[in-house]
Amino acid sequence: MAIRQAVSKHRADALGSGTPAPDWELHSTPDQSVRLDDFRGRPLVMAFYPADWSPVCTDQMALYNEVLPEFKRFGADLVGISIDHAWCHVAFARDRNLHFSLLADFHPKGEAARSYGVYDDNIGMSERALFVVDADGVIYWSYVSPIGVNPGADGILTALESMAGVAVA
Amino acid sequence: MSAVLDRPQLTVPLSGRDHVLGTSAAVVTLLEYGDYECPFCAAAHPAVTHMLKLVPDDVLFAYRHFPLTQIHPHAQQAAEAAEAAGAQGRFWEMHDVLFAHQDRLTVRDLVGYASALGLDLARFTSELQIGAHTARVREDFLSGVRSGVNGTPTFFVNGIRHNGGFDPESLLDAIGSALSAAD
Repeated sequence: MAIRQAVSKHRADALGSGTPAPDWELHSTPDQSVRLDDFRGRPLVMAFYPADWSPVCTDQMALYNEVLPEFKRFGADLVGISIDHAWCHVAFARDRNLHFSLLADFHPKGEAARSYGVYDDNIGMSERALFVVDADGVIYWSYVSPIGVNPGADGILTALESMAGVAVA
Repeated sequence: MSAVLDRPQLTVPLSGRDHVLGTSAAVVTLLEYGDYECPFCAAAHPAVTHMLKLVPDDVLFAYRHFPLTQIHPHAQQAAEAAEAAGAQGRFWEMHDVLFAHQDRLTVRDLVGYASALGLDLARFTSELQIGAHTARVREDFLSGVRSGVNGTPTFFVNGIRHNGGFDPESLLDAIGSALSAAD
């Protein structure tokens, strides 16, 4: 698998490609939860981010909202994951008109982020980390961005293309 | 060639499809990805205009659309209006008007601006209605996504993303560096 593995130096413990994606069960709304296994059979893009409402996260989620049709072309689903409560996600998603699910890694706090090696105990939030999981539930690509930097969507699209066998320029 | 690098590069080079200002003999190209409803882009607009006046022979300026339509409900239509004006050879006039009135970008406003510019209104309105320029705007947007444009405005100087500010001084510094590198 000749794919790019670009985990940044400061967090070498983020799970990398080839690792089975740890399962999680997280609230997608105040009264509904979803599991990673629910997405089995199609690619899943997981975007861990520190917090709703913060400027960089907002830009990042707004960008993914716009790029969503491109992810769908690969049959991929997208979820955003932060330690915010489901009610906070409801308000944030409504305010920003987001068309994908935000999952609450709220209780036990940060458990999902921790299981992927991207929880930052110093700040009590997840790092800004991307995982592309294949249809069999195996991590295909991951990337941890400096916390203040929007990682964009190019890396995700390149991973989805590579996974789908599309020639990458 | 990716947003995961510190200095992403433009993946779709400037070509005849792009709207450009200035001389093609210029040593430096400055490309902006922008959104007509984005307040930061409107703030950058006079800085760009001012800077272009200071170095008219050195810089070729180009603009591509990067509308964040879900947070800026009028941005897509405004971008298409600029393209519709461009189809009549008046892209840059409409571009200036849109940034100057970014809080008034309803279709009615857009038609008013087209009228004030003396455009063929029947053609302008028809092109907006049938979405004649929708695909073009999306092409611009996706070329930005693949080049490390994560928000607006984002500038590229000679095809390399400018990570500094967008005040005249920062842009001039970046252009000065590009000029020195070309010497």
